[in-house]
Amino acid sequence: MESKDTQGILWEIFVQKKPGQPFVHCGSLHAFDKEMALQNARDLYTRRGEGSALWCVPSSAIVASSPEDVGPFFDSSNDKVYRHPTFYQIPEGVKHI
Amino acid sequence: METVSLEANFDAKLTRNEMIEPKDWMPDNYRKHLIRQISQHAHSEIVGMLPEGNWITRAPSLRAKIVLLAKVQDEGGHGLYLYTAAETLQISREELLDQLHTGKAKYSSIFNYPTLTWADIGAVGWLVDGAAIMNQVMLQRTSYGPYARAMVRICKEESFHQRQGYEIMCRLAFGSQEQKEMAQDALNRWWWPSLMMFGPPDANSPNSANAIKWKIKRESNDQLRQRFVNQTVPQAEFLGLSVPDKELKWNDAKGGYDFGTPDWNEFENVIHGNGPCNKERLAARVEAHDKGRWVREAAAVFAAKKKGMDKAA
Amino acid sequence: MSTSPAFLPFLLRIADTNLILSQRLSEWTGHGPFLEEDLALTNIALDILGTSRSIYEYAAKIENKGRSEDDLAFLRNERQFLNPLICELPKGDYAFTIFRQCIVDAFQFHFYNALTISTDETLAGIAAKAVKETTYHLRHTSSWMERFGCGTEESHHRLQNAMNEIWRYTDDLFDMPEGYADLVKTKVAPEMMSVKENVQKELLPIIERSTISIPDPSFMQTGSVKGIHTEHLGYLLAEMQYMQRMYPGSRW
Repeated sequence: MESKDTQGILWEIFVQKKPGQPFVHCGSLHAFDKEMALQNARDLYTRRGEGSALWCVPSSAIVASSPEDVGPFFDSSNDKVYRHPTFYQIPEGVKHI
Repeated sequence: METVSLEANFDAKLTRNEMIEPKDWMPDNYRKHLIRQISQHAHSEIVGMLPEGNWITRAPSLRAKIVLLAKVQDEGGHGLYLYTAAETLQISREELLDQLHTGKAKYSSIFNYPTLTWADIGAVGWLVDGAAIMNQVMLQRTSYGPYARAMVRICKEESFHQRQGYEIMCRLAFGSQEQKEMAQDALNRWWWPSLMMFGPPDANSPNSANAIKWKIKRESNDQLRQRFVNQTVPQAEFLGLSVPDKELKWNDAKGGYDFGTPDWNEFENVIHGNGPCNKERLAARVEAHDKGRWVREAAAVFAAKKKGMDKAA
Repeated sequence: MSTSPAFLPFLLRIADTNLILSQRLSEWTGHGPFLEEDLALTNIALDILGTSRSIYEYAAKIENKGRSEDDLAFLRNERQFLNPLICELPKGDYAFTIFRQCIVDAFQFHFYNALTISTDETLAGIAAKAVKETTYHLRHTSSWMERFGCGTEESHHRLQNAMNEIWRYTDDLFDMPEGYADLVKTKVAPEMMSVKENVQKELLPIIERSTISIPDPSFMQTGSVKGIHTEHLGYLLAEMQYMQRMYPGSRW
């Protein structure tokens, strides 16, 4: 099998601090396979008790929006005030709503 | 969009103090400057593991050994964060390492000085990390998002490093006569190289102007150097050690110390490969890389085989 | 807490195992095959160095002669160290380091597991923490074993070489100091025969997956439990202990 010197592929690492919390992107690293990615993530990003669970995703699998998308993607949601609870008027005195 | 308006847009973002992200348009020189600075920073962390690593197996107590081991490991982690930040600028880890190994890329000259005694481990932590932190705190607000985020993480982790160094200095300075002499000797050798870490004086620092304009750097070399001296001299006084600078004097008017000029000839010399350990440091990195090649190849081949098996299954 | 004369040597054997091996592992820090693995191996070194400190501290208390953890680590000589021989062998290439580590990880995993039910609460507590750590170490090193064994021809060859070099030191791991039976009887320490069986059961599938073969065990090197070491230990101690020997009585 042909082999070429590499540093492995790039992975994006997401850490969950405590059970129930969202997984948050914390950085990247190199690894050659899935198991190694998990272990390297553990050794690199949870050295100070930062996590209770990990996701590792090959960077090439990430699909990202482009800066040009900013307008069409996100501006149009700015004017949908009816999606926010403060849009609605509830008579005073009504509770738990 | 035309380049002009792209550039205007980029400039406007910087003016609004917004971060630049990997997919944003950026001037070619901005990208080049960042690659150079971030990779230089990453290489410094990795090469910086060597002078301190030099004392791991000889640390004089178990506590000192475990702390030093953790610290050197942290430096490796910081190098890693920075390499991945540089990789967002369309350059691979392989290329970055190749630049280091062929001598094309620079790293901080401070690591070309030898750690001769245990006190040097104290001095490196106190002075070298102290100077580095000053730079890094500023870089948390650098204009390139991935770099800034790496720096936030690094600063959080670095906070124990300087204290570790100062603690060693305290034990020595308040220890036996022999220990005290060891501490003074280390301060004598590390003081000036530490001041040089901030780079040449603003007047002849070729890359500084752009770095400030692009908000990659937010303070100049001389500003940072002054702050470092102001902060460090009282710490040396507390230890009862003397800073090896005859011109050092408090200046009431400027609210800071006046201090002598580092030997910039020496600085140039070390940068150009003639420092006491330039050859050893680079050779150690190249050797680790060469000796690790079969390990990486095995991992790559195994991963490919495994992928094949997963698909066949 | 045991009053058996075997108790102190037993504690020192555990502590020395961890200290000497971490000393060897830490020689890789800054020189690993790639950055991520450099950090991973250093994590193992940190874990076991931490364990050695906990045990030395306890041993110093048991000995009750006013010696500190540092006195035990830095002021005993070649004949007084009780670590298994396998720990002191020079680090070799990365296959050697991984193979040796995997053997010791498997040993420690089952040894600490058995020690968690020790009647000595301090030891049981230290073991409970160490079990978690060694579970991870073993996962790390056994996955590298497989990568090397099934990776390239060169990596397979290097791993087989490591096996050939190291295998004769494996029996020595299971020796315990004179009077150890007392500790087993009072359930302070585990019976080593069953630890050995578990370690073999753990290792054989790993070795099999790595497609390397066990050499003909014509002779096993032992003696560490009596402080009879390889010539390598003296140099390791000379380096490790130099500061404490050079500046007696200083605090660092």
